[in-house]
Amino acid sequence: MDVLTLSRLQFAVATYFHFLFVPLTLGLSLLVAIMETMYVKTGDEEYKRITKFWGKLFLINFAIGIVTGITLEFQFGTNWSRYSVFMGDIFGSLLAIEATLAFFMESTFIAVWVFGWERLSKKMHAAAIWIVFIGSNISAFWILTANAWMQHPVGYSLNNGRAELASFLDVITNPYAFLKFFHQLPAAYTVGGFFVMGISAWHILRKSNVDFFKKSFRLAAAFTFIFAVVVVITGHLSGEEVAKYQPAKLAAMESLWNTEKPAGMSLLVIPDPANERNSVELLKIPKLLSLISHFSTTAEVKGLKAFPKDERPPVTPVFFAFRIMVGIGFLMILLAFFAWRWQDKIENYPKFMKILIWAIPLPYLAIELGWTVAEVGRQPWIVYGLMKTSHAVSTAINTPQVATSLIAFTLVYTLLGIADFYLLFTFARKGPKEN
Amino acid sequence: MLNITWFILWGLLWAVYFMLDGFDLGLGALMPLYAKNDTEKRMIFNAMGPFWDGNEVWLITAGGVTFAAFPKTYAVMFSTLYTPLLMILFALILRGVAFEFRSKIENPGWRKIWDWCLIVGSFFPALLFGVAFANIFKGIPFDVQGMFHGNLFTLLNPYGLAGGLFFLFFFFMHGALWASVKTTGMPAERAKNAASKLWIIVLILAVIFLIYSKFATSLYNNYMAHPIMFIIPLIAVIALIMVRIFISKSDWWKAWFASCVTIVAVTYFGLGGIFPNLYPSSLDPAASLNIYNSASTQGTLKIMFVVVLLCIPFVIAYQTWHYITLRHPVNEDIIHDDEAY
Ligand code: HDD
Ligand code: HEM
Ligand code: HEM
Repeated sequence: MDVLTLSRLQFAVATYFHFLFVPLTLGLSLLVAIMETMYVKTGDEEYKRITKFWGKLFLINFAIGIVTGITLEFQFGTNWSRYSVFMGDIFGSLLAIEATLAFFMESTFIAVWVFGWERLSKKMHAAAIWIVFIGSNISAFWILTANAWMQHPVGYSLNNGRAELASFLDVITNPYAFLKFFHQLPAAYTVGGFFVMGISAWHILRKSNVDFFKKSFRLAAAFTFIFAVVVVITGHLSGEEVAKYQPAKLAAMESLWNTEKPAGMSLLVIPDPANERNSVELLKIPKLLSLISHFSTTAEVKGLKAFPKDERPPVTPVFFAFRIMVGIGFLMILLAFFAWRWQDKIENYPKFMKILIWAIPLPYLAIELGWTVAEVGRQPWIVYGLMKTSHAVSTAINTPQVATSLIAFTLVYTLLGIADFYLLFTFARKGPKEN
Repeated sequence: MLNITWFILWGLLWAVYFMLDGFDLGLGALMPLYAKNDTEKRMIFNAMGPFWDGNEVWLITAGGVTFAAFPKTYAVMFSTLYTPLLMILFALILRGVAFEFRSKIENPGWRKIWDWCLIVGSFFPALLFGVAFANIFKGIPFDVQGMFHGNLFTLLNPYGLAGGLFFLFFFFMHGALWASVKTTGMPAERAKNAASKLWIIVLILAVIFLIYSKFATSLYNNYMAHPIMFIIPLIAVIALIMVRIFISKSDWWKAWFASCVTIVAVTYFGLGGIFPNLYPSSLDPAASLNIYNSASTQGTLKIMFVVVLLCIPFVIAYQTWHYITLRHPVNEDIIHDDEAY
């Protein structure tokens, strides 16, 4: 395999792995902050135990999020040096701002929070976890702005063979970034919500610390429901944005080969990219695709054949990733709705609680699939319309180097992943410390 | 002017990174020397526990700022140093996880694994940063296209290794001083003992490195042209001597501060020597990347300058507060603490 393919694989391994841990950091930090605020407000020691129990799980997860993040930042230079030269003027500054604004805050205040129980006033201590939460969301804002620029470049001019910053304001008010932010963060909050509900259900089913876990459950239920609804709404809006700026991605998401006006949408589809058609296409609802992507019953939607072959993204992964993400989105609303309705008598619904345990991985899966839609769907471009991924890869590196590092990443990450999930399981099952 | 300001800031980020993470790396690598049983090991872990991540972010920022202010340097530096950088990266990954994971499970085998991750994960970055920077002072074999003509072993030349050992032992000493202030009992005793011995080795390595630099690099050209700049190595030398004086007075905090000053001055000594280059080429002076030919646009430099000017003072303020709040030495009771590593 060549350096390009290996570098892509390595980037995929590194980001998917980083993003197994990031969403829980974003979601659980908010929940833990709410828990500790309840403690400060009510003075109820039970809330302190709740904060400490979920806080411990938060920290086990947090560690891996941190160490895998550095990999990503290094990789733009190590593996994508031509890309870095091409758009460092814009992209580099967003990453640097993320570090100065957010990472310092997160890393410092999380340590204050962990080690400061005895040394800070209750209020200061609760403030520390809120700052961690704010820091991680600021970090998400800047990295998503950077990523949105690759999806929909704005505020730049092409000079001296590179993209130079023309308007910083345009870059940070990119509507694409705005939607990414409001789709991504609620998605991450649902990861936290299902995590807390699932683990609480496990304990309630076993009648261990029932009050403790019912309290935790109640904190998470309405929270999860609200954000599950928001995810679907902003997801839909993202779809409209994709239709506007990246028509080839939209065609791949729907596996639409021929341009249609108005375009319908089939519920059951199996793409057949080799023959530029779908081998199965059933239950077609007329006009639906025009309606959801352009909010009009007459709009034209471009099919894949309208794009040169070398400017089409891989259809099958994008299509299935999108369908499954959307499916999970609706399923999550359903589950979270009942969790919220039954939150006060949840112990009466053992079957439902079993489902909730198994639902923990659902938002994780949807999040990884979402990135697949966004990133694989952007191919062959690394910066949409400006630079192809194949032109972005470093020239100074060779196949053995990248093959070695890819193998090393896969190995180290697998082992770390196993160790981390083992710890999470152990501490989740152990339950809170007795008073 | 803006480009020069950015050079100074760029240097500052690296200098602060070495000054802060230096003690973690040096202490982590020599942990078994100071800690003989599990309780003592946990004391060492907890002496660094609240700080290592905040320290590492200086590295992330140094990388990010290189990307933002000098994207071409970032691109060529990171891709030509691919193998050593990834080795540093893996080391830092294992080290970071070791903190969080080690004491969570009460199984000697499990703990041993993470002890080794801490030791190895601290040792290699300390050594390799030295090797990398010494090679940068000397010039890296890359051409105008940014192609690298060499491999990992090209970098392990005698001068590179001299730089590596100098960094390594400096961080050892810096870490020993940290253990002297942040631990109690036997680990602190052993660390205090080690610090004064390490100081002599550091002195010898420093002299070798300074003299060797005269022959292996053109670092001194800038100093000859502007003798006022000799004030930087002078500060380094005085601070290093102060370290020894404070050690003999058992004034450990001051010794650690003096060691911090030395590290900052040493970093600026090297960078002052390559100015205005950031990443000199040993093959072709025309390929060298400097603060002009690898810089971002003036607009980006300006915006980034404002951001840094607004943020970094806050960062320094709350990190200082953080160090002061958690400055207490850890003792054996630490293991009863629910939150402790
Ligand atoms: C939407 C959120 C999001 C996304 C898309 C990414 N990250 Fe991330 N990252 C975070 C959200 C986050 C976080 C929640 O803020 C983390 C997790 C744990 C932490 O400390 O911060 C983090 C940690 C983290 C760190 C370590 C910070 C530390 O040591 O404290 C670095 C260097 C990066 N990330 C860099 C990246 C890069 C270069 C990415 C793109 C390819 C990336 N992250 C994607
Ligand atoms: C954290 C969630 C993310 C995931 C799971 C993810 C996943 C992926 C995947 C799977 C690819 C490979 C696509 C392909 O080659 O077909 C890719 C490419 C890429 N992504 Fe992302 N991505 C994420 C976030 C980001 C962000 C935030 C950025 C930038 C700020 C980014 C920058 C890139 C770059 C530069 C590539 C090009 C390399 C390549 O094509 O393989 N990614 N990403
Ligand atoms: C009906 C439900 C949903 C719809 C219509 C939807 C729509 C979309 C669209 C169109 C994109 C691509 C944006 C782009 O390419 O830039 C996307 C990306 C993404 N989705 Fe969804 N989504 C839904 C549900 C979910 C759920 C339930 C989750 C996770 C819990 C999720 C997580 C993500 C993530 C992480 C991304 C990548 C980041 C981004 O591009 O914003 N989505 N979604």
